[in-house]
Amino acid sequence: MKALALLATLVTGAILLYGTMDFPDWGDPRSPASGALSSHYIEKAVEETHVPNIVTAVLGDYRGYDTMFETVVIYCAGLVVVSVLRRKKDERPEQGS
Amino acid sequence: MKLLQERTRKQKVGESRIIRTAVRLLVPFVQLFGLYVIVHGHYSPGGGFQGGVILGASFIMLSLAFDQQTSMRFMSERANALLGNLGALIFIGVAALCAVFGGLFLDYGALDVLIPLGPVEWRSFGIFLVEVGVGLAVMSIMVSLFWDLGSAGRMDEGL
Repeated sequence: MKALALLATLVTGAILLYGTMDFPDWGDPRSPASGALSSHYIEKAVEETHVPNIVTAVLGDYRGYDTMFETVVIYCAGLVVVSVLRRKKDERPEQGS
Repeated sequence: MKLLQERTRKQKVGESRIIRTAVRLLVPFVQLFGLYVIVHGHYSPGGGFQGGVILGASFIMLSLAFDQQTSMRFMSERANALLGNLGALIFIGVAALCAVFGGLFLDYGALDVLIPLGPVEWRSFGIFLVEVGVGLAVMSIMVSLFWDLGSAGRMDEGL
């Protein structure tokens, strides 16, 4: 079981590392981030969302998916800790825990 | 150190009178500041994550200065779980409502058909709703992580 878990971790890590090979280089002028996108956010954020703080506008609106799944990640972390650690009142914890 | 630990165990709750009094005075202001950070995220640095952490820290402070039961008197286990789920649901619910009312998922401008404020104002208000959801979820998850790790899941006196 442990070997299987290690294998799954290594395979996932390898896939993620393979995915980074498609990233644009640092400061690549043709990458999407250096193109029209950044200046569009800076110029149009207040006009399009009426939020004076651009960080909030990007975080909550333009990058809404990112923020949503950040919340889901935190939620999952809490859920896992509760389901692993929490005991019922009358349940005796095992030795050494 | 051992003596100190035994002496604190003999006292009913908490470690020192100074810490207990300071925490009792500080907690309302910390919570107010947490709410301020959440709702003022539109105009200044802040937002759901930061404000939620500050709100959660106020309960963690209570359970550090007194004990876990004291902090669970102010925020019960059930209410905490409810708020955490509610927070995550607010975010995903608002996003899904946008899709139901004919926009894209997470396109708050589509909620204009509910209350006609104009799509731009709705985007601002949608960000606010979402930040409140994030704040609730982060607060209750911070608190429940601390409770579970501090008491090894038994939810008794804690640390």
